[in-house]
Amino acid sequence: MSNNQEHKGAHPPEWFQHHFTDAEQQQESAKLGMWVFLLTEILFFGGLFCAYAIYRAWHPDMFINAHTALDWRMGGLNTIVLIVSSITMAMSIRSFQLNQQKQGVMLLVVTLMCAATFMVIKYFEYSHKFHVGQLPGKFYTFTGIEGTNPHIFFSIYFLMTGLHGIHVLVGMGVIIWLIMRAKKGHFGPAYYTPVEVTGLYWHLVDMVWIFLFPLFYLIG
Amino acid sequence: MSQLTDKYSHHAHILPLKVYLGIGGTLIFMTLVTVAVAQVHLGPFNLLVALAIAVFKAILVGLFFMHLKYDNKLFAVIFVSSLAFLGIFISITLFDTLRRGDIYQEVGMPIKANSNMYDSLRVAPAHGASGHEGATDKATESVTSGDDSSGAKATGHEGTGNDSGGAKDTGHVATGVESPKSGH
Amino acid sequence: MSYSPAVDDNGLPSPNYLSSEKGLWSWLSTLDHKRIGILYLIGITIAFFLGGVFALLLRLELFFPGQQLVGPDTYNKLFTLHGAVMVFLFIIPSIPAALGNFVLPLQLGAKDVAFPRLNLASWYIYVAGSLFALYALVTGGVDTGWTFYTPYSTSSNTAVISITTGAFILGFSSIFTGMNFIVTIHKLRAPGMTWDRLPLMVWALYGTALIQVLATPVLAITLALLIMERTLGVGIFDPAMGGDPVLFQHFFWFYSHPAVYIMILPGMGIISELIAAFSKREIVGYKFVAGSSLAIALLGFLVWGHHMFTSGQSELASAIFSFLTFFVAIPSAIKVFNWTATLYKGRISLEVPMLYALGFLFLFAIGGLTGLFLGTLSVDIHLHDTYFIVAHFHYVMMGGTVIALIGGIHYWWPKMFGRMYSQFWGVVGFILVFVGFNVTFFSQFIMGSQGMPRRYWDYLPQFQRIHGISTVGAMILGTGLFIIAIYLIASLRRGTIVGPNPWGASTLEWETTSPPHPHNFENQPVVTGGPYDFNKPRV
Repeated sequence: MSNNQEHKGAHPPEWFQHHFTDAEQQQESAKLGMWVFLLTEILFFGGLFCAYAIYRAWHPDMFINAHTALDWRMGGLNTIVLIVSSITMAMSIRSFQLNQQKQGVMLLVVTLMCAATFMVIKYFEYSHKFHVGQLPGKFYTFTGIEGTNPHIFFSIYFLMTGLHGIHVLVGMGVIIWLIMRAKKGHFGPAYYTPVEVTGLYWHLVDMVWIFLFPLFYLIG
Repeated sequence: MSQLTDKYSHHAHILPLKVYLGIGGTLIFMTLVTVAVAQVHLGPFNLLVALAIAVFKAILVGLFFMHLKYDNKLFAVIFVSSLAFLGIFISITLFDTLRRGDIYQEVGMPIKANSNMYDSLRVAPAHGASGHEGATDKATESVTSGDDSSGAKATGHEGTGNDSGGAKDTGHVATGVESPKSGH
Repeated sequence: MSYSPAVDDNGLPSPNYLSSEKGLWSWLSTLDHKRIGILYLIGITIAFFLGGVFALLLRLELFFPGQQLVGPDTYNKLFTLHGAVMVFLFIIPSIPAALGNFVLPLQLGAKDVAFPRLNLASWYIYVAGSLFALYALVTGGVDTGWTFYTPYSTSSNTAVISITTGAFILGFSSIFTGMNFIVTIHKLRAPGMTWDRLPLMVWALYGTALIQVLATPVLAITLALLIMERTLGVGIFDPAMGGDPVLFQHFFWFYSHPAVYIMILPGMGIISELIAAFSKREIVGYKFVAGSSLAIALLGFLVWGHHMFTSGQSELASAIFSFLTFFVAIPSAIKVFNWTATLYKGRISLEVPMLYALGFLFLFAIGGLTGLFLGTLSVDIHLHDTYFIVAHFHYVMMGGTVIALIGGIHYWWPKMFGRMYSQFWGVVGFILVFVGFNVTFFSQFIMGSQGMPRRYWDYLPQFQRIHGISTVGAMILGTGLFIIAIYLIASLRRGTIVGPNPWGASTLEWETTSPPHPHNFENQPVVTGGPYDFNKPRV
């Protein structure tokens, strides 16, 4: 808790980095940095969205046939799970802003649980597809889908959801780190920047899924 | 920010809880709506409706969860410009992939098998064109620029990697893409 | 003036960032942007040496027709590694990460970049990526060309995966540098350093950083997809799996065309600084030169298809790309005209850095104008894949970026190390580099227009004389670069000690000691005037 006291003396708090002139500048810099990072993330995913658009435009019937292999109930459930995790993430930041550390930690834990739930559901989806041979590229052995090159649909599906899943896992790692720091009382109204920028990242991961869900599960 | 007491503190914009819960509820509701609409067969409009709902949800997440509505407008500029550049990337690439062969159909042909380009090569030219520069390059070159480079001893990929390259190019034409996009 | 009479063991002003901490570990764990800049400088110098050795081997092989040193397969690997090392390990990090890291916070009047730890991490990522590339080198090399075009790169049995993994990792280093610079420029400017008082180097680095963060992620996903294509056969790029190899070129050039501006823009920033400092005159049309940096950065994203005119892409797309390509000439020409106008009636002093600036104007004009030939659809059909292309991009990348880099190193060298190099050898080095460069590459324009194809190990006897001239030029160029390296390193010990501002330049980095204080400025500078105001004191 020592970091969240009033700082009237000459000694800056531990979290303050000397090359900034004040806390406002430090926080705004961190947020700007995270937004620039999110921009790179959007273009990173963007390459795969581009591949999706091109192959969907080339083989629309195959995409519609192949998407029936995905279970929209699982995808829809995962969408709701991620949205809930986004709500709790946003509320957690609010708790630290209001100096309610315990509540903030609890909301982070709920966010983490949601992320884990998402990955468990994903695991069941993946293992089913592995089982029936709906695998990417040259490992594709399933025979029940009409159309040109259905393995490309599963390549793009696994690449996009896989990359998204990696982002969820990274996010979970960062949230665990936040929980450990928050328990030590590192965050409060004066300093909650790590939680805030992680929140930005987490919402972007949610946003990507908001697009992946209809593109794969609903309209192929 | 000139006073020392202000130096290590700042004034955050704290939203009331009901905003987060309300936005979250709307997002979940819209998820249910998009699932419901997808069960109705609307033809191409399914795509439009689903994307419109997804965009609406993304805007809500951006404006409220990511505080774009309240924060420095620069962040919104960054976010929108990333989408703009992504739009440029996808739309121009699609412009190519959907319009190949629009203006004229290229009739490709293999580089002449008896070209003196191959005189000094022990390896016979199995498939004319080769891998890494894209087979069309070579075919076009031989057709349009009158073999002015054909005297040189071909090296490298021409000599070493062409079996697989040529075979793959043949496979390419049979991919079901409507317009023939390369000169084979 | 913060010039302090205290000196360290070497007779340099104390405290300074070089001697404030000692030992190898203090360098490897440093968070100081100046030291990280020096670390990058060492890294890119090693990469440049390596790429240069490959280049000399290529030129020696081409001295005469027939086999001289290496066979065709080795030749393919050599030109691939020359390209990959020079592009990914040397030229992309060169000016931004080495010189930019050093001067950006100094020019802004900041204590450091916004994220010092990320800055150090980006250097380690650079080293890790370079090691992957090196690993590809020792495990048999790569023979796809630095562009890794599919379908050959999906089937080549060389070390494609390790070198693309290396380039993928290097991309993150570039992204982190770009992020750091954008945030630093937005948030860490000294009091009074408004946007219209930023030195033009900063504007150029800002444009560069925008490209780095916007384009590099697409390269990352492209290379990841290529690796997936090789391991899983995902069928995006590989025609045997139903993919489209031309799509790879779209993905690749969406990054790599803007990447050309990652290379040249910071070079243009250096030239702006040099022209102002050695003409003792405010840059003519400051706002236009600054704005043209951003215009180049943004236009660079609309023209990538001009690398694909003969790839089989849509003819309509080719025509549009060709049309858009000409627009890039506008901001580039704005810069060149404004620099030339600045020289007019300036008090020009022909110091060594200024020689490089003038050399840049000459070489960049040739490199830029031949780019217009190649952007013209019908001309490109004839010239593509010939030495004309090779000459064009070497005039831009080497004649532009590398000349600017060497000029920048000569300009900021006394700031970095507090000592001056030999002026005599500086002039000798410049003359050798300038002459050697033109002999090497102008001859390649000629042989290219006569139909000599690029990337060939051998050629017809009719090209022997011109290939011979080109190889002799490369040897002169190599000698010049070697001499530069020798006298610069020698100056570290023997060079005369200089004051804070040996050139009489006007930007903020010259207000602090040489070498600078560990925190850049003893007192927070306050800016009261424009960057190139040579008449009144500004701090």
